[in-house]
Amino acid sequence: MISDAPGQMGMTSESASQVPLPEGAGQSNYTVIPKTSAEGTSEGELLEVAMGPQHPSTHGVFRMDVVLDGEHVVKLKPVFGYLHRNHEQIAESTTYLGSMPYTDRLDYLCSMTNNWAYALSVEKLAGLQPPERAEYIRIITAELTRLVNHTCLVGFLLQDMGALGTPLMYAFRERELILDLFEALSGSRMMYNYMRFGGCRVDLSADWIEQAKQVVDGYSRFLDEFEKLLTENEILVSRTQGVGVLTVKLAINASITGPMLRASGVNYDIRKVDKYGIYDRFDFRIPLGDHGDVYDRYMIRVLEMRESVKILNQALRDIPAGPIMDPKAKIRGFRPKAGEAYGRIEGPKGELGFYLISDGSPNPYRYRVRPPSLINLTVLEDMCLGETVADVVIILGSVDIVLGEVDR
Amino acid sequence: MIGEFFKGLFLMIWKVVTDQPDPKVEFVSVFPATIQPIISVLLSIVPIIMVFASLFALTTLLERKGLGRIQNRLGPNRVGPFGLFQPVADGLKMLTKEDIVPHSADKLIHFLAPIVLLVPTLLAYAVLPFGQNMVPIDMDAGILFFFAVGASTELSIFMAGWSSRNKYSLLGAMRAIAQMISYEIPLIISSVTVIMIAGSLSLVEIVDKQSGYHFGFLPHWNVFTPWGLAGFIIFLIASLAESNRSPFDIPEAESEIIAGHLTEYSGFKYALFFLAEYLGMFAVSGLAVTLFLGGWRAPLPFLEIVPSYIWFLLKLMGLVCLFIWIRGTLPRLRVDQLLNFAWKFMLPMSLINLFVAAIWHFTSVWNFRGAGLGRWLLCAAMIAVPYVWLGRTLIGNKKITHRTYRFAN
Repeated sequence: MISDAPGQMGMTSESASQVPLPEGAGQSNYTVIPKTSAEGTSEGELLEVAMGPQHPSTHGVFRMDVVLDGEHVVKLKPVFGYLHRNHEQIAESTTYLGSMPYTDRLDYLCSMTNNWAYALSVEKLAGLQPPERAEYIRIITAELTRLVNHTCLVGFLLQDMGALGTPLMYAFRERELILDLFEALSGSRMMYNYMRFGGCRVDLSADWIEQAKQVVDGYSRFLDEFEKLLTENEILVSRTQGVGVLTVKLAINASITGPMLRASGVNYDIRKVDKYGIYDRFDFRIPLGDHGDVYDRYMIRVLEMRESVKILNQALRDIPAGPIMDPKAKIRGFRPKAGEAYGRIEGPKGELGFYLISDGSPNPYRYRVRPPSLINLTVLEDMCLGETVADVVIILGSVDIVLGEVDR
Repeated sequence: MIGEFFKGLFLMIWKVVTDQPDPKVEFVSVFPATIQPIISVLLSIVPIIMVFASLFALTTLLERKGLGRIQNRLGPNRVGPFGLFQPVADGLKMLTKEDIVPHSADKLIHFLAPIVLLVPTLLAYAVLPFGQNMVPIDMDAGILFFFAVGASTELSIFMAGWSSRNKYSLLGAMRAIAQMISYEIPLIISSVTVIMIAGSLSLVEIVDKQSGYHFGFLPHWNVFTPWGLAGFIIFLIASLAESNRSPFDIPEAESEIIAGHLTEYSGFKYALFFLAEYLGMFAVSGLAVTLFLGGWRAPLPFLEIVPSYIWFLLKLMGLVCLFIWIRGTLPRLRVDQLLNFAWKFMLPMSLINLFVAAIWHFTSVWNFRGAGLGRWLLCAAMIAVPYVWLGRTLIGNKKITHRTYRFAN
């Protein structure tokens, strides 16, 4: 027990009491908001809690200022920007190719799709066309990235639900296999820097394709096992069904994209709408949910993984031989003519777009990222109101954010 | 004098190892009559503290290893052979950590909370029969004493949560109170069945009533009766909730409220909480073993040559391993679902179980042909029907559906 009276305790306490305390220290640190009924009578107190930025399950440095009535959420304000690092400004002051490795760091779980989205918009700007083989390679790496992202998401969602990391570790076991493939391809396990304007950096070997086929074959078995353990689990079902419902109207108005939008039942997938790359050649379906709750978001991701496995099987079977770079593409002295372009892809988290304005110089005049994580996060309060603290965590988990992309 | 001392000591150790009655007598009589009671008390207390504290250390290692294997990793294996010295390293780390008390905390209560948790937890061991001749106090109201001291853990958790002046601590304490009080009721009612059948509150008596074997191999344990099996399962679920273990670890849900009431504890106070939590888990598992699994009795007649305390510890560790397994497998429930489960399912089931135990008791006078089987089936049906019915209503309230998904091309 530390007494404020000097001289009673030893040296440490005295020297500690000489340090000026910040304003308000030592007093109550509760922010208590009186709760009144419609008639104006007091009904108790509300508690304001800052969940984050050091909270274990906010997936990074993210804060939610929550006002709680007991366990129920009355108000929620997402606060982000802790990881802001001037991505767009830096990209504007470097060459086009110079910011390719920097796009890896946006959504660090899905570097391949970030690369592709950026390469796609620069290709639109410069009028480049990747050769056939490069398009196949892009689709293979993008769908493998989708598998990685969705598997991790399911693992993290269960972690947030309190399953103590068991599903997460199994998800990571599968992710390792894909990371091994990416490492063999690009030399790095997370920051691939693989795509180039008009093609890809290095070619796939025949061995790599064989190994990828094995991984993809194993993946559907893993998904069966994963689903057998999780999907019918009564605790999971009762925790997620009917929780964090996102209505179709709100989802469209807030320009939500990706699996979150499709879980609400809107048939919108840029792979089908834009048919960028060569997606029109592949046979795959878009799973749609009807309820828009956390369970649907979980299931849509599982079903999307199965469709990705289908695409991968077709792509690995059909990949042709040939060059992997557009011969018109220039690495040195790359100066697209003045103009603007917006390239977008269906990233694992939603619509990832890059908007570029060129003034004919080696670096972009304007560079803008449309981050799906950030835009999907805007409806967090609408989904969380009236739910409990425990639900807020899993709703956030089901939105699927990576703070590197939210804050840029 | 010295010779007698060592003779008494060796005799005592020999008697303990070979499971003989009154092991302390010769050794205590070596001492002067005035200090004999104190020596006798110390000889009961010190082994309990030592055995269960080292069991705690081993269990933390076992838990981390077991969870590691469940989660497809190795678990601690760096400190000593197979990571055996990991608990020592953990303990040293805990002891050398700075003890941080928040500036606005209520310092007295913050300091007292771990002690208030640890002391009653240790007191609960006083009435558990660890072996044939090993019960510190053979109290007539042993089980009542156990629950009475066990109830003070709620107080401690609320003290910790309130005095820390932390919102997460407060939320954790509120959850803990709601959960532990709700689950205390089925816990006690499910053990009342055993008291009814045994006709005694003394735990030694309850173990004695479970002696003997049906057909020469099936022990007379309570768990092999319909009401006993139901009571055992209710008791296990409630004791999971009582000891804040997954899937009922809501008061310290890491992903939601960081560590609940433990958020503002560090250093040795945190270690005390940790120790008390595990000791509480051992105590409640020990009670489950005593009430339903025949206590220290051997499962088969020819295994009775193995000393009784080994059977007790084996059964105890079996339950602890079950707890670890559950912890590694299940996600966490939500607070309202937890309370619904307690009040709408556990409580009615344990009351019905109480009724079934009464029927079991009164049908024991049946002596027509096939009476045993008929009595068994009657009681089993009386439990199974409400189980299905209550389970249906519980699921029906939640509107859980099996969903199918549309696909667009």
